[in-house]
Amino acid sequence: MSASWPAIRLTVNGETRTVNVPPMKRLLDVLREDLHLTGTKEGCGEGECGSCSVLMNGELVNSCLVPALQAEGATIQTVEGLAVNGELHPLQKAFLARGGAQCGICTPGMLMAAAQLLTVNPHPTLAEIREGLAGNLCRCTGFIRIFESVVEAAASHEDKQAAHAR
Amino acid sequence: MLCHNPFGDSGTRIMTTHATTRIVGDSVPRKEGVDKLLGRARYVDDIEREGMWHGATVRSTIPRGLIQTIAFDRRIDWTEFAVVTADDIPGQNHIQLIVADQPCLADGRVNHCDEAIVLLAHPDKRKVREAVDAVRIEYEPLPPVFTIEESERRNPVVWGADNLLKSFLLEKGNVDSAWAHAAHIVEGEYRTGAQEHLYIENNGVIAEWSEQNGVTVWGSLQCPFYVHKSLLAVFDLPEDKVRVIQTETGGAFGGKEDYPSVLAAHAALLAMKSGHPVKMVYDRIEDLAATTKRHPSRIGHRTALDENGKLLAMDIDLATDGGAYSTLSSTVLSRATLHSTGPYVCPNVRVRSHSWATNTVPYGAFRGFGAPQAIFAIERHMDEIASAIGIDPIELRRRNFLHDGDTTATEQVMREPVIMDRLLDRALAESDYHTRRAQFARDNRASPIKRGIGIAAFYHGSGFTGSGERYLNSLAGVDVTPEGKVRVLVSSTEFGQGTNTVLTQIAAESIGIPYDDVTMAPADTGIVPNSGPTVASRTSMVVGRLIERAGLQLVAILRDAAGLSEHFSREEFFAACERYRAIKGDVVSLCRYEPPPGIFWDDQKYRGEAYPAFAWSVHVAQVAVDTVTYTAEVEEFWAVQEVGRVLNPVLAGGQIEGGVAQGIGYALYEKVLLQNGHMANNQMTNYIMPTAEDVPPIHVFFEQIPFQHGGYGAKGIGELPHDGPAPAILNAIKDATGISFHAIPLLPEDLFAELAKQSPAEETATV
Repeated sequence: MSASWPAIRLTVNGETRTVNVPPMKRLLDVLREDLHLTGTKEGCGEGECGSCSVLMNGELVNSCLVPALQAEGATIQTVEGLAVNGELHPLQKAFLARGGAQCGICTPGMLMAAAQLLTVNPHPTLAEIREGLAGNLCRCTGFIRIFESVVEAAASHEDKQAAHAR
Repeated sequence: MLCHNPFGDSGTRIMTTHATTRIVGDSVPRKEGVDKLLGRARYVDDIEREGMWHGATVRSTIPRGLIQTIAFDRRIDWTEFAVVTADDIPGQNHIQLIVADQPCLADGRVNHCDEAIVLLAHPDKRKVREAVDAVRIEYEPLPPVFTIEESERRNPVVWGADNLLKSFLLEKGNVDSAWAHAAHIVEGEYRTGAQEHLYIENNGVIAEWSEQNGVTVWGSLQCPFYVHKSLLAVFDLPEDKVRVIQTETGGAFGGKEDYPSVLAAHAALLAMKSGHPVKMVYDRIEDLAATTKRHPSRIGHRTALDENGKLLAMDIDLATDGGAYSTLSSTVLSRATLHSTGPYVCPNVRVRSHSWATNTVPYGAFRGFGAPQAIFAIERHMDEIASAIGIDPIELRRRNFLHDGDTTATEQVMREPVIMDRLLDRALAESDYHTRRAQFARDNRASPIKRGIGIAAFYHGSGFTGSGERYLNSLAGVDVTPEGKVRVLVSSTEFGQGTNTVLTQIAAESIGIPYDDVTMAPADTGIVPNSGPTVASRTSMVVGRLIERAGLQLVAILRDAAGLSEHFSREEFFAACERYRAIKGDVVSLCRYEPPPGIFWDDQKYRGEAYPAFAWSVHVAQVAVDTVTYTAEVEEFWAVQEVGRVLNPVLAGGQIEGGVAQGIGYALYEKVLLQNGHMANNQMTNYIMPTAEDVPPIHVFFEQIPFQHGGYGAKGIGELPHDGPAPAILNAIKDATGISFHAIPLLPEDLFAELAKQSPAEETATV
């Protein structure tokens, strides 16, 4: 039955994937059910909590609000694509060391929001971090250690650049 | 190997370990942290079972009434579905908790909106949701009650003989003798609203059933053995035919203490009926409408003081709204009662407390468990007393604090050090309280933004109330696998607060091996012993102590039976384990709870050692009230606490910050709006919690006094930080505006209603 739906092609974490799904199926469900990438979570289903945040063509989106047809041809990055060859992304390292993750359910979305923030603004102020993460709800941490984690990741990025410059 | 005495708690023990520990006290990384960060941790909705169906629930649309007919729309082919009603329950139709009054599925009558009546399962998740609307239920409505006051009038009676779910009377001295010679008598009434946990992962389970194996449930839950007990009764099965396995749990805060017993039974009934594994994961709308919330409360204080501001008598009338069934309301009421007098000495106390039934979803466990309500009332009331009798609120508290050797309202003697004065001094110093307060008083006159600063001082009892820990009789320990891993054997669960990390730290420390050599056994009732529920700020203190003892015991036994030397490397330890295994079999060390000496609680007289230990805290909140937009914002927050030994500073700090943020939400943002007993704002769009932009800087400070009967000196920590923010914030708003607010949540419309009454002259002066 699924073959009767038109094919939708998208690039997920660097791999080209084709799915045959109803065009209005949520990108969140395509990722979780069709591509078995369950790192992306559903928290509210209405774009409020940000747990399903992924990057679509470099933009942060709530994948529960994106119909599959809109993702045709798009490049998608999910939490599963953050670590490279088993090496944790600087944000993941910082979240681990600083206590940025507690129950972990908001963490994938939070990491994607933070990654996008650091891409467009490598040295955000605390106010910019607060604003950049305001669409992602965390009920465990009170956000404080998430902010610290982002600051640390930004600093480690700077250290790396300094090391390269030498 | 079952521990008897050498490392028991019946004797006193000198704490020598804290200065020399290697792993305890260090911020080792979260045990399951890497899995969570990589997105590979498996929450229940991430799990599929072969041939799995999806379940859904048909719920009542009225708050109270008799079920007349259940009709199934003929346009749907119901043969594709499994359909379950109360008639399909093989055992008892109630959820085992404290009193067996809550049905698993409504049978003939409903007592609240969103009560489960019919269950459906189908292979297609979307189809089953659509089918819910095709089940029509007709009712004969009965008159409901929705408030404490309506329930108190007992007209109608909606629960038992008199609507009263539970009551307590706590008495010390003679309150009535104190009024005549009091210099001051101050009265006040305080109200708190319901609060939703808003864990980001909704409630969810997967259930399987077979004739041979009985029921197996995987789920997002706090207390595997609570669910186990409930399923035994619903299915009338022996203990070994029910197995409950916790999956990675995306937040709980008490919201997965009692409700999973309901949901697990529903999914398991569908699994039995369909012959397939059945997944039931609520969406946000259903979770908010159907699951438990924090109990609303109304607390009246009448207080007598002498001319020096010393407390003479406290007469407290405490009422909670329990919802339609008793669930945990009795124990929540007990904790509220035992926290209602605050951290103060008073010779004459009377607390009359009642929990009332109403026709709403049952209220349940939520971080603090009655204490946040009680502490909101007493700590707001202390500020009211201070202004009524003309004493500084800091000074009033200082004159009445409990100290070592004092007795509480239950006649419990404070045997451990009590350092409220030190905590208060530190909180005032760290927040620069006096300077800020004076500065705001000067600046406010010419500004539409009114700033203020307020405090709250409080304790939180660690562990189960009264005789609770004795009844739990927890068993926990460690074993060593043939693959060379030490496993912690507990039913205590991880849901973000750090159970995995802290318990493996303790095991590694007590055995003397690296942190990485210790892992958690799965929280599976088929594998681990019952170390009690993961609630009541008991895990680090009570279960942690059992693991500490079990680790020490394991080493002693290996020395005895397997030639382990006095000082050993990790290789020598695991070699000794293998020698032991060859001679005696499994390498296991279990320890059972032993109450600390001198702890006795009299259930009948409601008197004695209410808690084995208390954690203590002072909170300071700075607020800004915008008199143009009527918003109140917390600008900065300080939390100073004594929680015994801090086992992992990063995790402990995270507990405090997260609890404070939830407390800020409780005070200023989070309102459960009920219409006809149904939560009307059951979406994240209109139930508002603090976001990254709302949470202020939170400064956290620990004073450490190791508690000799807690795991490496730990006391409870998890609930404490939720107790103080609401009163500290409303006290700060009073400091800012001069207006005493007596109820939370305090929303902009509530601020508007009061601020608009203030003299317009002041406002025009600022234009």
